Amino acid sequence: MADQRKRIPASLIAGLVMLAVLVIVAVLAPLFLSGAATTIGPESRAQPSPEHLLGTDSLGRDNLSRALVATGLTLLMSLAATVLSVVAGVLIGGLVWVVPRLLREIVLRVVDSTVAFPSLILALVIAAILGPGTVSAVIAIGIAGIPAFARITSNMTAAIAHKDFIVTARLLGVPGIMVFARHLLPNIGGPLLVLIASSFALSLLEISALSFVGLGVQSPDFDYGRLLNEALPSIFSQPLQVVGPSVMLIFAGIAAMLTGDGLAARMDPWSRGRRRRARPVPLPAAPSAVPDALLEVRDLTVTAPSGADVVKGITFDIGPGEIVGLVGESGSGKSMTAMAVAGLQPEGVAVSARTMRLGDLDLVKGSDKSRLARDIGLVYQDPGGTFNPALRLGGQLTEVARVRLGHSRRSAHDLLVKSLGDMRVRNPEERMSQHPFQLSGGMLQRAIIASSLVTNPRLIIADEPTTALDVTVQAEVLRILKRINRDEGTAILFISHDIGVVEALCDRILVMRHGEIIERLTAAQLRAGEVEHPYTRALLDATPRLTEMPVTPEMLETSKEIPIA
Amino acid sequence: MTTTELTTPAPPLGIGHRIARSTWGSFALSRLGGLFLSLALLVVLTFLIVPLIPGDPAVAILGPDATPEAVAALRKKLNLDLPLYEQFVLYLQGLLSLDLGNSFRFGTPVTALIATKLPYTAQLAFASILVVILVAIPLGMLIGVLTRGGRRPALALGFGTVAGFLASFPGYVAATLLVVVFGLWLKVLPAGGVDSPFAFVLPTAALAFGPTFAVARVVRQETYMVLEQDYLRTARGRRLSTLRLYLRHALPNLLTSTLTVSGLILAGLLGGAIVIETVFSIPGLGNEVVNAIIVKDYPLIQGIVLTIGGLAILINLLIDVILGVIDPRTLGGSSNG
Repeated sequence: MADQRKRIPASLIAGLVMLAVLVIVAVLAPLFLSGAATTIGPESRAQPSPEHLLGTDSLGRDNLSRALVATGLTLLMSLAATVLSVVAGVLIGGLVWVVPRLLREIVLRVVDSTVAFPSLILALVIAAILGPGTVSAVIAIGIAGIPAFARITSNMTAAIAHKDFIVTARLLGVPGIMVFARHLLPNIGGPLLVLIASSFALSLLEISALSFVGLGVQSPDFDYGRLLNEALPSIFSQPLQVVGPSVMLIFAGIAAMLTGDGLAARMDPWSRGRRRRARPVPLPAAPSAVPDALLEVRDLTVTAPSGADVVKGITFDIGPGEIVGLVGESGSGKSMTAMAVAGLQPEGVAVSARTMRLGDLDLVKGSDKSRLARDIGLVYQDPGGTFNPALRLGGQLTEVARVRLGHSRRSAHDLLVKSLGDMRVRNPEERMSQHPFQLSGGMLQRAIIASSLVTNPRLIIADEPTTALDVTVQAEVLRILKRINRDEGTAILFISHDIGVVEALCDRILVMRHGEIIERLTAAQLRAGEVEHPYTRALLDATPRLTEMPVTPEMLETSKEIPIA
Repeated sequence: MTTTELTTPAPPLGIGHRIARSTWGSFALSRLGGLFLSLALLVVLTFLIVPLIPGDPAVAILGPDATPEAVAALRKKLNLDLPLYEQFVLYLQGLLSLDLGNSFRFGTPVTALIATKLPYTAQLAFASILVVILVAIPLGMLIGVLTRGGRRPALALGFGTVAGFLASFPGYVAATLLVVVFGLWLKVLPAGGVDSPFAFVLPTAALAFGPTFAVARVVRQETYMVLEQDYLRTARGRRLSTLRLYLRHALPNLLTSTLTVSGLILAGLLGGAIVIETVFSIPGLGNEVVNAIIVKDYPLIQGIVLTIGGLAILINLLIDVILGVIDPRTLGGSSNG
């Protein structure tokens, strides 16, 4: 139970302390101040004085005392309304899962429909039925809060209702109510607690709102809302009268908000902890050591936000027209390397290198956006996530051509339609006006390759471009990359965890592990099994060989290409 | 080897076509279903107000001193002697012919009364929604972008705390304080009434105040989420200008999630509008319904609750339509969205 040792969030402490202050005030104020709060005094609407710090109201009662004494009734009403919401809501939301399906559907649809209305509408209806008053306000706000609890309970119950232990309990013949109380309820306690805190705050503010408009607490009783209501007519002659109830309402609201936020933060480990940023390792720039290389990387270090180096000073280069494979298991730093070269490392990740250049383009500074966009083509791992789901394909694919190559909308469109056709995407015209979710993964991957070719890049960085695709589509994508390399002479940095795929496609292979390059091989060496490092050997042994291999170099060379729709 | 290639899976083209053609259709159908259910609920709820009054509704309305004749007359007038379902049928018939009866208090048709009050409330609510959206989204997004990935931790903490505090200001308290500061001390804005166009500045500000910061907090959180998505990396890979990156690529996705999360906050503004009218003596539905409840003017109560509920349904529908336009994925249409 590591949870128990987690630090308690500051907001939770602050919120609980503020709530405790309110409770203390609620208990003590009536004992000491009810005289001053209710006794009609001689001084009507007095200015502040040592006896009356906030002055007096129209009947000469002490404003400060009234605000403090009102705390008790306000808290009690809010508490009662919250209890009503929680008990009824949790019962409804949980029990719908142990009743027949049809009834459940009906109840849930009704609950959904009520959530759409502001809770004050329901409160007005109930106030109209029962007449204005303290009890009616509590019932009104309590009932208005039921749907939210019913919904969240039902959602969370649905999420665990099919878990094994619930199914087992039901199969064993445990009655529905028992399953609910014993097994379901304890599992949904955390999120429920967060909702209770925010619901308490909401109840407090809404009951006060009802009292404020005159539908809640009636004279001579008073809560915060009633006090504010009484202060309003004399707002010009005694503006101080609004200060007490206003400050108390805000104080209570903030107390409940902090408690809710704090509880939420404690429940959810992801929302806690400050996000950190790594600092780049300062490295002096060095002149090129391999001037002939197209891509030259010297002492590339990538530092994660945690401060750990995920890439530890690696050096490599890619010649013009060469395909270099970067292979390793997940976490080996190969994707980080690829993204660092492209200048697309995630937020908070720091990159430093002695030299990192593509031709004469400095990738360490990465300041020439226009050339970066044109010279590097990018193909990513998950075609589904690569595209902006909210935008049509055409707009996304033509963006570089329009923004960087200065094409008009029309000519960029034509360019892309042609490029998509070259990639054997069927009905390219129609694709352009579709949204990404309407296309298959293989089609999206070919679309992104098509768009990256528009600028005639010098280097394509392909980060596991086939991992998310099924085998036939995989082969097609690899074949396309090979063809581009052959026809255009484009160099490719190909990242994969699959040594078989790398062996089939690449001229040279770099094996990465724990952020370091542990072995450098040519394709011929790899094919002949001439590897030295035991890790590479293990990788090779883990890959199906020869007949079982899904992709072979011969396959990629074949001229017969089958379009995959 | 080539056998694998020949067993190419069926082209998914057809599916794409079908989705493209039917999205708006199925969307409209599922939303209409939800809309109808909400309306039905609203009608049943308002109908039940009178029958649910504890004891004899006629006695409750007329007071304990009423003569038996007067009580009997009112029972007849309200159809209380009929069985419940017949009362409901009559109520429905009245609704369909837009006849909500006459106000007990004024003796005039409820619909005419509502027609004179509705513009004030609708204007206040929609103006505030506009303010919330126009302020909260740029503000939240700006803070989100500035503090992304752990940048400027002091700003992130400061904004979180201050916005959290301001978001917990109830509208009516903000309204009262605004009146004191701007209407009373500075005397720069009218503290109430509806006589000048400026009279709507303070009510709108008060109503939009809390929700603006609540939504801004949501927007900031959603900004972090969106900025971490792969498609934003793709956009960065195209080396777009900062403006284009955030406005063209981040904003639409941000709007989707923000509107989904804040839909309830926006509909809730209606409730706030009802309360705030009291502070500024705006002769809208809110003030009227409160008075109607106090004097037990049931036809008027029913009419106003129906109207406000209808507005809430309208706001929800508007949000759904906007979501459908900016992000067609939401059209895929699950009914329990």
